[in-house]
Amino acid sequence: MSALVSVFSRDVELAFRAGGGAAQGAVFFGLVTVMFVFGTGPEPGALARVAAPILWTGALLASLLSLDRVFQADFEDGSLDILVQRTETLEFLVLAKAFAHWVGAVLPLLVITPVLAAMLNVEAMWPLLASLLVGSPALSLIGAIGAALTFPLRRANVLVTILIGPLFAPVVIFGTGAAADGALGAGFGAPPLMLLAAVSLFSLIVAPLAGAAAIRFNLQ
Amino acid sequence: MTTQQTSFWTRYANPAAFQRLSARIAPLAGGGAVALFAVGLYFALIGSPAARDHGEAVRILYAHVPAAWMSLACYTYMAAASLVGFVWKHPLADVAAKSIAPIGATFTALTLITGSLWGKPGWGAWWVWDARVTSVLILFFMYLGYMALWNAIEEPTRAARIAAIACLVGFINIPIIKFSVDWWNTLHQPASFTKQGAVDGAIALPTWLLFSAYVLAFFWMLLVNMNAELAERRAARLEAGARPTSTLVAEPAE
Amino acid sequence: MPSGPPRITMTARGVAGARGGRPVFEGVNLSLAPGEAVVLRGANGAGKTTLLRILAGLAGPSAGAIEFDGPDMNGDPPTAATASVYLGHLDGAKGPMSVDRNLAFWAQLYGRRGAPFDDVKERLFLSDLGRRPAATLSAGQRRRLGLARALVSGRPVWLLDEPTASMDSPSAARVAEIIQAHCASGGSALIATHEPMALAGERAFRMAAIGDAP
Repeated sequence: MSALVSVFSRDVELAFRAGGGAAQGAVFFGLVTVMFVFGTGPEPGALARVAAPILWTGALLASLLSLDRVFQADFEDGSLDILVQRTETLEFLVLAKAFAHWVGAVLPLLVITPVLAAMLNVEAMWPLLASLLVGSPALSLIGAIGAALTFPLRRANVLVTILIGPLFAPVVIFGTGAAADGALGAGFGAPPLMLLAAVSLFSLIVAPLAGAAAIRFNLQ
Repeated sequence: MTTQQTSFWTRYANPAAFQRLSARIAPLAGGGAVALFAVGLYFALIGSPAARDHGEAVRILYAHVPAAWMSLACYTYMAAASLVGFVWKHPLADVAAKSIAPIGATFTALTLITGSLWGKPGWGAWWVWDARVTSVLILFFMYLGYMALWNAIEEPTRAARIAAIACLVGFINIPIIKFSVDWWNTLHQPASFTKQGAVDGAIALPTWLLFSAYVLAFFWMLLVNMNAELAERRAARLEAGARPTSTLVAEPAE
Repeated sequence: MPSGPPRITMTARGVAGARGGRPVFEGVNLSLAPGEAVVLRGANGAGKTTLLRILAGLAGPSAGAIEFDGPDMNGDPPTAATASVYLGHLDGAKGPMSVDRNLAFWAQLYGRRGAPFDDVKERLFLSDLGRRPAATLSAGQRRRLGLARALVSGRPVWLLDEPTASMDSPSAARVAEIIQAHCASGGSALIATHEPMALAGERAFRMAAIGDAP
């Protein structure tokens, strides 16, 4: 247990260091949003309608940016060998790494989301934040599967995107659906948010199993 | 193979025996596919009436509907082969999974193309974000990702295990993706688009004929792909020498 | 009795290994008892690294078995994960983190809170480098930091792959001393190396072509 905590806190520390990626991801998220607005035009009514899809897509792209490195960075400097050699239950290691990615790469996005949402004239702020909070762990978890499958490969970045992109479809659909539903006044027990939570929970089961198997075969 | 009772499976799960068997079956499957395709096309294009509401364009559906069946069936077979390869580590299952992927991708592309051709006269647009078509499009991306993963990994055994994990994760996600896309579609569009009411008894015969042709074509292409892959692997193995070369010996004390 | 590491015997029986899906070696029998240092030699590609990774539990053997025998560790029988530490070609230090932070992380990873790093750093000539980011170390210094992990881990069985690579001769001599001291306290070490190792009482094995046994 303390080993997993040490891995988690080390990863988070590395992410928040200068050049560690947390701040870069947030900047990227802001830039993507600006580009979308350039594409749609600045008319406030139109912006409010597409705000949730824009922010969901932006958050997804920004989290993809760092996903391929979840295991690859450790693989390249030899510390993946150390972690795996030390760990008897690789499944928990995958969970610790995915959770660290969420804190180090996705949480910064959620922190600046209210600012970006306000710039897009979003009025229903809480439903949007709730949808991101409930759905984004699935991005890190499913992403960890892709990262575990590809970390020894040089072109891992693009490959991760191709592999897990289709699996992100339900997250985006239910995520934007929950945000839209909440804007219409639905409570926290509304179907899309519950479905989104179900997808996150399902990923919580699948990601450690698939990720651990992939790491084992990739180190073999 | 020291056991007396060699069952069907132990006999034909051996790559060499498989190659001998498939050499006999592949031409039959290929010939059957061509014959059924010819008959099916005759009934699809000439021997059946145009549908009341959709006119001649309905004939595209004879090719479209069974291709859509095949696109999902292929992924299912691929997942089954991946599971067998992953659990029992049988190289033939690995080869089968790898060989199914391009065939499945082809059927999926065929589904999308025929769907689009049908869409122009049927719906008035080349592409409509109908729930089924959208799900098939996602499936197409899954095939492409699977094949990209195989191509990216040099070593065949590792590629097989890694690709199998990707395939199985994709497979268990298919119902979730399908459900989410259906949900999304009812949210944004009237469901009437997805009703393909034209598929009734009168047009069932060409559909089934073409489906049978597709199935035989699938087996034919599968056997051809698998044999090519097996030949390539054998060449690589002969080149490398499959025996271990070293062992541990004690060094005399100096 | 000095409070050394737990006394663990590692035994490999009939182990065969493959690299990149191709068989490399077979029939490896090896026993590493407490206090023993064994040097592993052999040409490039003979399978030294593959064997070490299999013994460390990072890769599965294609045949045979590896056993760790000794007292229970934290209530469970010893395994590669709990009884051994593996040092590969890469040192596993995080470049942006300081030497001290890397050591602290490893100590926590191996469940050893408050280990005395000053002693470890002094023995490996790292005392002045504690605050330096690992990325700024030279190759030899980084190698010494890599070996510091074995000391910090407190694991009895050391599996070391070229531990003295790119080290100057005082450092290499110090590494030999450290290994010797580890074994004297009841630990053991298996060292794959091309370089001469001044270890008193070492046993040496060679990964040799099948049929070339002396």
